Amino acid sequence: MKHEITLKINGESITKEVDSRLLLVHFIRENLSLTGTHIGCDTSNCGACTILLDGKSIKACTYLAVRADGSEITTIEGIAEDGTNHPIQKAFHDQHALHCGFCTPGIIMRSIDFLEHNPNPTEEEIRWGISGNLCRCTGYNNIVKAIKQAANEMKNETV
Amino acid sequence: MFKCKTSPEVGGMGHSVKRKEDARFLHGKGNYVDDVKLPGMLSMVMVRSPYAYAKIKNINKEKALKIDGVLAVITGNDLAQYNLHWMPTLLSDTQMVLPTDTVMHQSQEVCAVIATDRYTAVDGAEAVEIDYEPMQAVVDPFKALDEDAPLLRPDKEGQKDNQIYHWEQGDRDKTDQVISNADIVVKERIYLPRIHVASIETCGCVASYDKDTKKLTVYLTTQAPHAIRTVLALVAGHVGLSEEKIRVIAPDIGGGFGGKVPVHPSYVVAIAASFLIGKPVKWIEDRSENLVNGFARDYHMDCELAANKDGKIQAFKVKTLADHGYTDASANPSKYPTGMFSICTGSYDYEHAFAELDAVYTNKVPGGVAYRCSFRVTEAAHAIERMVDKLALKIGKDPAQLRMENFIKKDQFPYSSPLGWNYDSGDYHATLKKAMEMVGYDDYKLEQAKKRKEGKLMGIGICTFTEVVGAGPSKDFDILGIAMFDSADITVHPTGKAMARFGTKSQGQGHETTYAQILAEELGISYNDIEIEEGDTDTAPYGLGTYASRSTPTAGAAAAIAARKLRDKGKKIAAHLLEVSEEDIEWEVGKYFVKGAPEKSKTIQDVAFAAYTNIPPGMEPGFEATHYYDPPNLTFPNGAYICVVEVEEATGAIDVKRFVAIDDCGNIINPMIVEGQVHGGLTQGIAPAMYEGIEYDDEGNVLNGTLMDYLVPTSVESPHWETGHTITPSPHHPLGAKGVAESPTVGAPPAIANAIIDALSPLGIEHLDIPITPAKVWDAIQAHK
Amino acid sequence: MIPSNFNYHKANTLKDAFALSSSLGEEAKYMSGGHSLLPMMKLRFATPTDIIDISKIEGLSYIREEDNLLKIGALTTQVEMERSSLIEEKYPIFKDASKLIADPAVRNCGTIGGNIAHGDAANDQPSLMIALRANFVVEGPNGKRNISVDDFFHGFYMTSLDPSEILVEIQIPQYVDGSGSAYHKVERKVGDYATSGAAVYLELDGSEYCKQIGIGLTNVSATPMRLSRAEDLLKGKVISNELIQEAGKIASEDCEPSSDLRGSEAYKRSVTNTLTKDMINAALGRAK
Repeated sequence: MKHEITLKINGESITKEVDSRLLLVHFIRENLSLTGTHIGCDTSNCGACTILLDGKSIKACTYLAVRADGSEITTIEGIAEDGTNHPIQKAFHDQHALHCGFCTPGIIMRSIDFLEHNPNPTEEEIRWGISGNLCRCTGYNNIVKAIKQAANEMKNETV
Repeated sequence: MFKCKTSPEVGGMGHSVKRKEDARFLHGKGNYVDDVKLPGMLSMVMVRSPYAYAKIKNINKEKALKIDGVLAVITGNDLAQYNLHWMPTLLSDTQMVLPTDTVMHQSQEVCAVIATDRYTAVDGAEAVEIDYEPMQAVVDPFKALDEDAPLLRPDKEGQKDNQIYHWEQGDRDKTDQVISNADIVVKERIYLPRIHVASIETCGCVASYDKDTKKLTVYLTTQAPHAIRTVLALVAGHVGLSEEKIRVIAPDIGGGFGGKVPVHPSYVVAIAASFLIGKPVKWIEDRSENLVNGFARDYHMDCELAANKDGKIQAFKVKTLADHGYTDASANPSKYPTGMFSICTGSYDYEHAFAELDAVYTNKVPGGVAYRCSFRVTEAAHAIERMVDKLALKIGKDPAQLRMENFIKKDQFPYSSPLGWNYDSGDYHATLKKAMEMVGYDDYKLEQAKKRKEGKLMGIGICTFTEVVGAGPSKDFDILGIAMFDSADITVHPTGKAMARFGTKSQGQGHETTYAQILAEELGISYNDIEIEEGDTDTAPYGLGTYASRSTPTAGAAAAIAARKLRDKGKKIAAHLLEVSEEDIEWEVGKYFVKGAPEKSKTIQDVAFAAYTNIPPGMEPGFEATHYYDPPNLTFPNGAYICVVEVEEATGAIDVKRFVAIDDCGNIINPMIVEGQVHGGLTQGIAPAMYEGIEYDDEGNVLNGTLMDYLVPTSVESPHWETGHTITPSPHHPLGAKGVAESPTVGAPPAIANAIIDALSPLGIEHLDIPITPAKVWDAIQAHK
Repeated sequence: MIPSNFNYHKANTLKDAFALSSSLGEEAKYMSGGHSLLPMMKLRFATPTDIIDISKIEGLSYIREEDNLLKIGALTTQVEMERSSLIEEKYPIFKDASKLIADPAVRNCGTIGGNIAHGDAANDQPSLMIALRANFVVEGPNGKRNISVDDFFHGFYMTSLDPSEILVEIQIPQYVDGSGSAYHKVERKVGDYATSGAAVYLELDGSEYCKQIGIGLTNVSATPMRLSRAEDLLKGKVISNELIQEAGKIASEDCEPSSDLRGSEAYKRSVTNTLTKDMINAALGRAK
């Protein structure tokens, strides 16, 4: 069964036809060619496919594309202008919070949602806040540090 | 400590410069295999066996082929027409590409469905009808050698039982004699279970064969692109795939850890499919396929450690049974079927040791590859470090003290180990002392004594491991006969900026930064002005790839030496420019100057420009150098790790309170990156120590083939790691460096196991196999009540 | 992992949903957050012909006190439960649970109604419902009806919902002074299903007699389990340490776990014992 869906992706309005069973992550990667959103586990455990749907971080591997009709989606490609960094991207670079980079977009998208609701987190809260995102390379120490740095920088920005 | 020779702007060794490769990953512009899209590309999905051991009676493709968009179903019989249904393994065994009559493990590839897109291919795979006749699988490796066990590999000529090989090293008789005369002998059977690297990116490929140019391009999740190209040429040469017509491209890799070393059967099928159909074919593993294919560890080790009554170690003996699955697909150097397992004598000074191993076939997936440690060093370190703790417990000596009394001393290096390794350097006493100070060892000992009086379970665990990385010297180390050198190829452009290519392949280690720093150190060109490329066999120099912490020891050394060749050429050019003789030219980072007249100088950039514009008479133009580095020895990084835990008796819950890791990996190129590698390796150490293990039932079914049940640690399980260093340069490496990335994966599990077992020791518990879960602890506590 | 083909239908109102369900028949399934059903479909353990999306139905997402009840709209997400100040103040058991359900991104989608209606004894909310003696308001083509939690769970993934019915509201007794509640589970790692979990709700009168008590257990039986024998033991008494010990012992005896990757049967019984005691103590602490 085909459905026409209209949604905003990284600020741009689009209308596409999708199958009932098309997963949102495939829609983003294959139909929209935004390959920064990754697939790591298929069972909503690893978080490599995390995106923002109407501002909330969700796992796009466990969401039907057709259900995103009428929503606003932000992916890693949409959080900063080309050549510039979102404070979280900058902090990940500063703190060496990525190695292979495969989990990185998902963790950054999750962190945006997390800091939105907890702008001044403790280390413990950060660790629980990203507990749905697996990283196999970094051992998480520097990811925690990066999110802390971003929190501080984002607070100063809004003051 | 290491003193930087270059300014932060040049960014040579010792500077924590930020990574050059980060930008593309941070912005979603990494290019991983699944991101590759080619015109007309088809999708391949494998149909896999539900049984561990079964005859294939019939494969019915009809229903699948009726689905709109399904183009082909490829079976073993289809491949047999081209003699492509079997392939050799790295250790001279044979592995099915696709079976013609028998499946040997659950989830084995049975046939492949090729369709216009992924969704259709999955539907096609569901529609293929296969009749199996299940047989009684051999699951327990100890039963594989029973007389009545079925012969699993009748296809192999002369194979009369399920033993693959016997290996041994050392003096059995002398070791037995020392053990039988010793004051103290401690014994234990230690099992390191099957685990899986579970890199967040699974494996995959895009194979693209052009029928007109006869050129095959394969985008592949591989840690060793050149070796793979050679293997493909050997496997498929007879059908016309010749090595110069094969281009292997390893794009960005989402974590490797050894899981992306082997040639997966599906790669070969995808290539065959593209070859037959003439269109690009993409295959991407899903997570379950990933987890139930390939493995690391699976060693059952019977250990004996002998000492005098004071705890002076006298001999070590280990007899191992290795479960290799249905074929020996281990990724080891040819002459080392058990990898570097003979490093099992550890960091201690004693004379006698004997190690033997029997490898057997079972109805399990083959593998025997790495889990952030390729060559069986983790198994070896676990064996000796557990046994040393057991000895300490037995004679009532502090495990730190026991280690201090047995360590190889600083002035004994280079040290010949009982099983034949030549340890290059180390200062084990200093490293352990630093770890003890950092964690506050003495205070914890007091706290532990107090807690024990209160009936609380607290443990302190130590591991002082010696690693062996950087394979390796060509006289001993080869894969399929190819010596295990590695390579660097530098071009300095006329404007003084550079490009360098390597035979290795980063999977997150940060090569684009560290290699640039090595060249910055040697040439004085800023690391920012040097581009690094790897992974494309059409452009990179031949190398054996990145695994087993070998990139810095081999390709890193190649970079330094190639740079020094350039510097030698540059000296001649500088002499020409400064109109003095070559002997009068001296070098300091970034420039040549005239001896005694330092104001008369030429920068490396001046010299590079002259190499293209103002060449000394008779000299070959250009400013390029290549080096293939054949290391004279391996490097022996080492470390002292200390873990503090508390265990709750009622529930078995384990709380890791502290973990301190002091590593000695020689001179450090980028401290930030090294620390990051250690953090990551430690989390991949706590993972098998407390969470991960592939579980099989009696029929050979994998019980935890998703990330719901294969428990990769999250940020919550992963402790806040504390790290530090001692620096004992490698005497033979041009930069004094050693490898590091796998050290923490080797060192962490014994430290954690020792800590938990130390906590439980007042209850009479002397050993537990990893993963040590609360459930296992609880069961052990009940058994000792 | 890709689900087999199905047809997707979006329901804007409950009426829409019932009409779709009636016309599509029993092979059609409702989907709210989708985090229980879609994974089963991707693994092809579930192959519904049609999916009726009820997540966009207005007016089913709320948390309010009314008629001496706490009323929770079934489409309220776990994260909305987590962030509600009303929940935080008076119903901390939900906060205990939500932190432990899957992970934060999943909780952005997952709904409390879905967690219950899926009928999985491994899910966490069912044992809370048992402890809190919830009433479920369900609606179908033939109108509304109430189902008590004790009549709701029937077996492995089975509830007393008809295929065409939708759980629309969860009702629990409104907070009273002297009440306390707590939930915890033992999990192999964060986000895992429970090895065992215990939910406790109790009300004390002025002289600390236990007026009311509910104890629910997670994932130690085929259906979410009420620990009746321990409730009977504690009700009407001052809850002493001895009684708590006895309740823990009953928990270990009455639960029905089986040995699996999460541990041996004996281990699970022991963990259930400890959790039950700990949660009675925690609930008591909050009640006082």
